[in-house]
Amino acid sequence: MLLRHTPTEIKERKALMINPAKTCQPIGAMYAALGIKGCLPHSHGSQGCCAYHRSTLTRHYKEPISAATSSFTEGASVFGGQANLLQAIENIFTVYEPEVIAVHTTCLSETIGDDLPQIFNKAEKENKIPKGKTVLGAPTPSYVGSHVTGFSNMVKAMAVLAEPSARKNGKINIIPGWVEPSDMEEIKRLCTLVGTRINMFPDTSGVLDTPLTGKYSMFPKGGASIADIRDSGSGIGTLALGEWCSADAARLLDSKCKVPCSVLDMPFGLKATDRFIDILRTVAGTSVPDEIAVERGKLVDMISDMHQYFYGKKVALAGDPDQLISMTEFLVSIDMHPVHIVSGTSGKKFEKRIKEITAEMECEVNVKAGGDLFLFHQWIKNEGVDLIIGNSYCKYIARDEDLPLVRWGFPILDRQGHQHFPTVGYKGGLRLLEQILGALLDRRDRDDPEESFELVL
Amino acid sequence: MGKAHKLVQWDPHNVKEKLLEKYPPKVARKRAKQIMINEALENTTPEIVANVRTIPGIITMRGCTYAGCKGVIMGPTSDIVNLAHGPIGCGFYAWLTRRNQTDAKNDTNSNYITYCMSTDMHDSDIIFGGEKKLAAAIQEAYDIFHPKAIAVFATCPVGLIGDDIHAVARNMKEKFGDCNVFAFSCEGYKGVSQSAGHHIANNQVFTHVVGSSTTEKNQKFKINLLGEYNIGGDGFEIDRILEKCGITNISTFSGNATYDKFASANQADLSCVMCHRSINYVADMLETKYGIPWIKINFVGAEATAKSLRKIATYFNDQELIDRVEAVIAEEMVAVSEVQKEVYPRTVDKTAMLFVGGSRAHHYQELFKELGMKTISAGYEFGHRDDYEGRDVIPFLKTDADSRNIEEIHVEPDPELFQPRKTAEELAALKKAGVEFKSYDGLNPVMDNGTIVVDDLNQYEAEKLVQLMKPDLFCAGIKEKFSIQKLGVPMKQLHSYDSGGPYAGFAGATNFYREIDRLVNSKVWNYLKAPWQEKPELSATYVWE
Ligand code: SF4
Ligand code: SF4
Repeated sequence: MLLRHTPTEIKERKALMINPAKTCQPIGAMYAALGIKGCLPHSHGSQGCCAYHRSTLTRHYKEPISAATSSFTEGASVFGGQANLLQAIENIFTVYEPEVIAVHTTCLSETIGDDLPQIFNKAEKENKIPKGKTVLGAPTPSYVGSHVTGFSNMVKAMAVLAEPSARKNGKINIIPGWVEPSDMEEIKRLCTLVGTRINMFPDTSGVLDTPLTGKYSMFPKGGASIADIRDSGSGIGTLALGEWCSADAARLLDSKCKVPCSVLDMPFGLKATDRFIDILRTVAGTSVPDEIAVERGKLVDMISDMHQYFYGKKVALAGDPDQLISMTEFLVSIDMHPVHIVSGTSGKKFEKRIKEITAEMECEVNVKAGGDLFLFHQWIKNEGVDLIIGNSYCKYIARDEDLPLVRWGFPILDRQGHQHFPTVGYKGGLRLLEQILGALLDRRDRDDPEESFELVL
Repeated sequence: MGKAHKLVQWDPHNVKEKLLEKYPPKVARKRAKQIMINEALENTTPEIVANVRTIPGIITMRGCTYAGCKGVIMGPTSDIVNLAHGPIGCGFYAWLTRRNQTDAKNDTNSNYITYCMSTDMHDSDIIFGGEKKLAAAIQEAYDIFHPKAIAVFATCPVGLIGDDIHAVARNMKEKFGDCNVFAFSCEGYKGVSQSAGHHIANNQVFTHVVGSSTTEKNQKFKINLLGEYNIGGDGFEIDRILEKCGITNISTFSGNATYDKFASANQADLSCVMCHRSINYVADMLETKYGIPWIKINFVGAEATAKSLRKIATYFNDQELIDRVEAVIAEEMVAVSEVQKEVYPRTVDKTAMLFVGGSRAHHYQELFKELGMKTISAGYEFGHRDDYEGRDVIPFLKTDADSRNIEEIHVEPDPELFQPRKTAEELAALKKAGVEFKSYDGLNPVMDNGTIVVDDLNQYEAEKLVQLMKPDLFCAGIKEKFSIQKLGVPMKQLHSYDSGGPYAGFAGATNFYREIDRLVNSKVWNYLKAPWQEKPELSATYVWE
């Protein structure tokens, strides 16, 4: 037993987090920043944080993750990190020549109270920022929020760049939230199919899914350009996908540039994708092409084909709030029973949404925002499930409890392909169903006694 | 990479110049001292600047003090509850990510390696102090797990707000009575690299655990293995060989370690040091306090393993052991030579670059030599000058502000447990027989003349080195992996081995031969260009069959 010390009896813990279902803000900010064209993320703090965030993102995306750091030592920690950051900005522009530096803070620089805008001002005055280049920043102390809020904060810092304008550009701003590069690509494809002109940020497609050619560029072609991000202030509206990841930026665009916004769920599964497509065509004033209706029909077809295997099956889910909300809805919509749901990120709203989505189910639902995988495991011990959906760390629970696992969310450290195959949209729905059914039937093939081991299932 | 690209002529001085070319003058000046062309002048090894601060904004390969302490040294211990005091991230990232394997097979053994525990500090803890939360978390961990020991690790903000983690640990230890609680001031910003964290970890283990075991070990040939972390099961393979030879490994620091193994380390009769960087001072302290001599060994590479076993046998000076060791070497070498012979023609004359944390960039050169490969450039992520130039330079190392941060503990012979293992005459005789004590020559002497040694290599220089010198293989860590591979050069992680291992010992050597063969001869590197990119001109028309 890998988690042999996890007791069945659940006792309340006030101080000890065991096996977290979240990590710290800067890593989210770093991922978001990689979705800006020509951007080098910069971690303002000691170098260890940056090393950890780069390693984890590298292990998940299997792509180079470049990011610089202010490399604080004791001196900077006592006297403030301004000198380090100024020096870093100069070195970065000289050596790597990025278009943009996106700085995020860490718990260290936040605790000593470094003031990013003031340091940027000084850099500007000292001519450390070459003409036409951009430095932006987001506060991401790791003792607040989680990797999800860190992502959101950096996206909001992008929205700060948006320039208000009386002339509209005819485009819709899409803020996709923390999804895979493949998902961002898929969202763009769907928008194109509906005939919507969009400005999407951040956009990690073309950045974190690059080809192997013998050439390496620290700044691949993909990403949302600063010009486009500035231009989002002239958008006709903003669709924010996911309350936790995207809403803050969208609301800022609204208050700052008078671009109206709508916060949707992330388009995972049938219903959330329906709503996404429907609102897309409404705001763009187009009609949905047949092609999309066909894709949708295929997903519905697959649901009907697979329904027999899914009906009434219990699922335990761990992950991030925006993704979990849509996934829970998807599972309920195919008559599965998500019974244990843990998000590492806090938020009362999350628990409320999940309760609403699962209200029609007859079974009890355990849900916790700000929970950990230790509690999640205890829940599973007390009430078994047929399937776990979550990140790679869930594999320890899956093995101990002998349960199938579908890897989904962040981080996935032990499987590959997720950066290339979308799970959003109708096509993504097909992939999710395929993975879920594969996991369930593989288990059945393994467990069935010889006499009921059948070729045709 | 196609054969056509292989004929690259480079001159080390040109390479160095190219590496520095783009830097702002101040950065270039600093880096110039950390990039060294290996050309030993009469009896001297060239000097290198090492263990100095990383330059802000230059993308470094290094991690932090906490990573060295929690991740490297304490990570592989199975029955100590490790509790990170700080915001959630630090705990999260060090959770199962270093591939140090543990064998706690039967369910009665404690194994907390799969658990990540943290006080998950919030802003209120930062404002009002986190000591109360820490005490409560220790209490909760104790109530749930009842472990033998709880180790507390401070992360960056803890040092800044001034939580007295040692006082909290002391109080809790007293309160429990049956659980040792101790703490590490290993905030990430202390020191300039992981190396500081190793030091802090080792000092505390030495202070709070070593020497406290009450079970007596009375096997005949007892050693400690220092600086081996059981990545990919290396330690398992080494233990297998030692056992086969009849040598007892009392305690590995810290691969597959347990509390009791640490606690019994004082009972060994010889300390064998693998990774010099991460632990040489523990070997010294074990000698001073308990009278255990130490030697530098290396179990990476079949020849190196054989040599190290012979060294150990010579030390114990027992004919039966010496014969047994020879028999084991002879037996194990059969399979090793077979694989080596098969692979050699495909690896010979290929070139490699090695940039790993501490001693690995040195140790792995043995394995590459066995494959007929040449290391054309190497260096350490967090080495000190003695790792490059040998221990002789230690007295001349200057202590700067950053090294002064790291507590040096002063040890004296233990009034009860000190017991010299060899007399002065015996030691002199052994020295004559070729057993060098307390000695390490460092990386530079193993590198050929004209090769390039770089301390604290960064991403920019790595890329440049690869482009200029076109090695057949690059070895570093996960952060470097994919940028190097995009350049069309295979990259092997030597911190955590990608998915492979073990690579230590005899079985490890054969694993490594095959892995390197696979890497440098993979067909994938021939596919980088599509046919129409190889010959873009339309010189002929397509003829339908
Ligand atoms: S929690 Fe803070 S110190 Fe730890 S990795 Fe995250 S930002 Fe760095
Ligand atoms: S060099 Fe290797 S063994 Fe030594 S501390 Fe570093 S990673 Fe560990």
